[in-house]
Amino acid sequence: MPEQLDQPNGRTSTEAVGQAGAGGAMEFAATEAASIGQATGPSARARSLWSDAWHDLRRNPIFIVSALLILFLVLIAIWPQLIATGNPLACDINMSQLGPAPGHPFGFDTQGCDVYTRTVYGARASVTVGVCATAGAALLGSILGGFAGFFGGWWDALLSRISDIFFGIPIILGGLVFLSVVTNTTVWPVVGFIVLLGWPQIARIARGAVITAKQNDYVQAARALGAGPTRMLLRHIAPNAVAPVIVVATIALGTYISLEATLSFLGVGLKPPTVSWGIDISSASTQIRDAPHMLLWPAAALSVTVLAFIMLGDAVRDALDPKLR
Amino acid sequence: MAEAILQVRDLVKYFPLTRGIVFKKQIGAVKAVDGVDFDLFQGETLGIVGESGCGKSTVAKLLMRLEEPTAGRILLKGEDITRLSGKALKAVRRNIQMVFQDPYTSLNPRMTVGDIIGEPFEIHPEAAPKGERRRRVQELLDVVGLNPEYINRYPHQFSGGQRQRIGIARGLALNPEIIICDEPVSALDVSIQAQVINLMTRLQKEFNLSYIFIAHDLSIVRHISDRVAVMYLGKIVETGDEEQIYEHPTHPYTQALLSAVPVPDPSRREGRERIILAGDVPSPADIPSGCRFRTRCWKAQERCVVEVPLLAVPPHLRESGGPAAHDSACHFAAERDCAATAG
Amino acid sequence: MDTLLDVRDLHVEFRTRDGVAKAVNGVNYSVNAGETLAVLGESGSGKSVTAQAIMGILDSPPGHITRGRIFFQGADVLSLHREARRVLRGARMAMIFQDALSALNPVLSVGDQLGEMFVVHRGLSRRDARARAVELMDRVRIPAARQRVGDYPHQFSGGMRQRIMIAMAMALEPDLIIADEPTTALDVTVQAQVMELLAELQREMRMGLILITHDLGVVADVADKIAVMYAGRIVETAPVHQIYQRPAHPYTKGLLDSIPRLDQKGQELYAIKGLPPSLLRIPPGCPFHPRCPMAQEVCRTDEPPLYEVGPKRGSACHFWKETLGG
Repeated sequence: MPEQLDQPNGRTSTEAVGQAGAGGAMEFAATEAASIGQATGPSARARSLWSDAWHDLRRNPIFIVSALLILFLVLIAIWPQLIATGNPLACDINMSQLGPAPGHPFGFDTQGCDVYTRTVYGARASVTVGVCATAGAALLGSILGGFAGFFGGWWDALLSRISDIFFGIPIILGGLVFLSVVTNTTVWPVVGFIVLLGWPQIARIARGAVITAKQNDYVQAARALGAGPTRMLLRHIAPNAVAPVIVVATIALGTYISLEATLSFLGVGLKPPTVSWGIDISSASTQIRDAPHMLLWPAAALSVTVLAFIMLGDAVRDALDPKLR
Repeated sequence: MAEAILQVRDLVKYFPLTRGIVFKKQIGAVKAVDGVDFDLFQGETLGIVGESGCGKSTVAKLLMRLEEPTAGRILLKGEDITRLSGKALKAVRRNIQMVFQDPYTSLNPRMTVGDIIGEPFEIHPEAAPKGERRRRVQELLDVVGLNPEYINRYPHQFSGGQRQRIGIARGLALNPEIIICDEPVSALDVSIQAQVINLMTRLQKEFNLSYIFIAHDLSIVRHISDRVAVMYLGKIVETGDEEQIYEHPTHPYTQALLSAVPVPDPSRREGRERIILAGDVPSPADIPSGCRFRTRCWKAQERCVVEVPLLAVPPHLRESGGPAAHDSACHFAAERDCAATAG
Repeated sequence: MDTLLDVRDLHVEFRTRDGVAKAVNGVNYSVNAGETLAVLGESGSGKSVTAQAIMGILDSPPGHITRGRIFFQGADVLSLHREARRVLRGARMAMIFQDALSALNPVLSVGDQLGEMFVVHRGLSRRDARARAVELMDRVRIPAARQRVGDYPHQFSGGMRQRIMIAMAMALEPDLIIADEPTTALDVTVQAQVMELLAELQREMRMGLILITHDLGVVADVADKIAVMYAGRIVETAPVHQIYQRPAHPYTKGLLDSIPRLDQKGQELYAIKGLPPSLLRIPPGCPFHPRCPMAQEVCRTDEPPLYEVGPKRGSACHFWKETLGG
């Protein structure tokens, strides 16, 4: 008698894969019900976890809304001319604090600049700072955190203490001290400052994710096969540790944008002539009784942007969370 | 079966217990493996049984050199591999492979089945030329009873039993002579366990493999093993061939273990006498003096507190020459009828 | 004997984003006072989901009871109010889980957790409750109960934790205990201790016991009758002695045959071919037919009812006569 196989005939049956997930050590439970459906029928395509996540995301309304918003923001950050024809720095002091007028739907600020144009152009600074700071912090944080988690020992202890020190710096106070001595008016000092204070958060997440991934049997299996540390790190650990880092980085992006606005509001972040929501909110705040529209529009733009990134992070977390898989 | 392919001599693994963050002070050690000796012969299966915490999984990791032994030697075909590193260790790994317990964590979820089974060839490019690898992977899938067309699928699309087959295929890729199986079926459903055991038996014959089969399920170990070693708290307490251990156990721990196995036969539930051990396994960080089993043993006497029993054929049983005359680390080793419980 | 629990035609489904998983499909069983019913099945057989439905701890959503009734001491519990259900749970029926460590609260001492039962259900003072907790721990033979009553769950070994779980279930002297794989996570020698304790307390207190397990061996030692489940259905029920000698369903027979036996040493083990079905797509007809060596055309089309194959015996197989005979 031929050996009894999982499937009636090893060569032709695709049925068995369609049923994957029904076996397993755990008794059927609600969470497992989800995994049973993973291989959908005999025609199940090969799907990686990433494409599964994408499959989920496409059907998540929160993701669609936030992604469209962010797409729109990025577009106007690159080409503000698409929707704003004016010049944010062309101001007419005669129009100071006037309300909406034809061609100027949001009215004018104290300097007589068009609030609509400035709000549109303000996206550039916010998105640039947010994206660059997140990229920098994520890169630095995941490399340092990843190494700490992978190698452990004194290297880990040293990095953890260093990140503790950075955690201990009050972010606003640090910004006031550090940035007030900088005279450069570009976005880069602000980006640099946020990276400097933002990486420990990412590093902690990356370290934890790497330690978790490291304990999996497949990493041991790779070692048993003779794989070196580079292969284990790049092929087995990094792909399985990257998900939480992406989630945290996406949420951090939103908070970095609001941090930039806060610093600019306090006068140590971006400085005129750079156009920034934070600067505009700052100058509008003193006139809140007389001309609330000056505050309303940049503040609304800032809130919507931050919210969009945080919502995106949430949606990505839901899609990548292994507990729901 | 004359040649010992793997010899283990006085293998020890202590995990230090430390206190303090900056100034680490060792305050003790978990003695996971505390002096283990055995031989594995070509083409045979050596079963290692014991309860959780007895050190059997640590033995597997030491043999695979996934943990560094504290002391002792591991000889592969006479060559000491205990302290090898780098290239030499990598070469040895082609000869010893492992099948893991949990088919859900032993396969990288981000890799396709083809990549998982093909990884051994990437690590050891000399094992198969590049152009042939895909064909080799498909052959391996076929060998373990999976459809070779599944090569592009991901692990989460397979059931537990199928995943374990993938793990076995990965272990076979480099044509090793020894496979260490750490509880390979304990995470599988009852009706699937038999399928995987049959597959492993067939592969053993086909490729003349030697297995070290680590498990807590005594009846499965009995089915697949030629010889069996029983571990308790980091030491082998009794070893012998399958019949000696299961039909003529002389160590009280083995006897208790066998009598505790539930028998799927209700007609025997009144007749048989069960040994119910008192208490739990002591902590491996605080091993009792003398015989380590004495705290739970009904035979324990003054001598057991002071004198460590050696793993050898007990002198008083040697004369008999029967199946009871096998290695047993007990001062008062004696047969006791506990009725072929795992049968 | 009076029927303690009677489950009739129970259907449970899980509505997931991938479709409806039919976890329980028409389960009938009953337990009398002082009786032990073993529910045997593999993962996905619906054995635990049935228990959760009885206890009223089914996660809903995604789980839904779509049909059927559960009578406990004559009353239909599914029609009871949430609050009445809660009182029933713990006081009249209790559950023991597989993983005692996650079933116990790690930040409360075991004494507090045991005592809590008396404070909530019996209105005892903290001090009296504590004394009762010590009594209970003595009863499940935890050594030095008085000294250990203030310890936390992680300070106990696996076997001791499972004893604490048992003590907790027994605390209010319920009429029915459901034990879901109570010894699966334990070592063999400890398993024996715990099963013995459970059986002894059950006899003493004349409780009904539902023992959910995948282990044919554990069942043989303690059960009075057995229900074998497959794909959410009961495929065979019988008094414990008969099922091992002469199974009446090919699935039960396959499970028994695949246990390694002495006289088969070195031979191939009998293995049931194939995999358990996905609960999203249970095959039509008899759910076991794709794996069954005896399957005929009728098995692909007609779902077999639970035929009465003897006194108190049932088998959901069209060919139960042949199975019994062969």
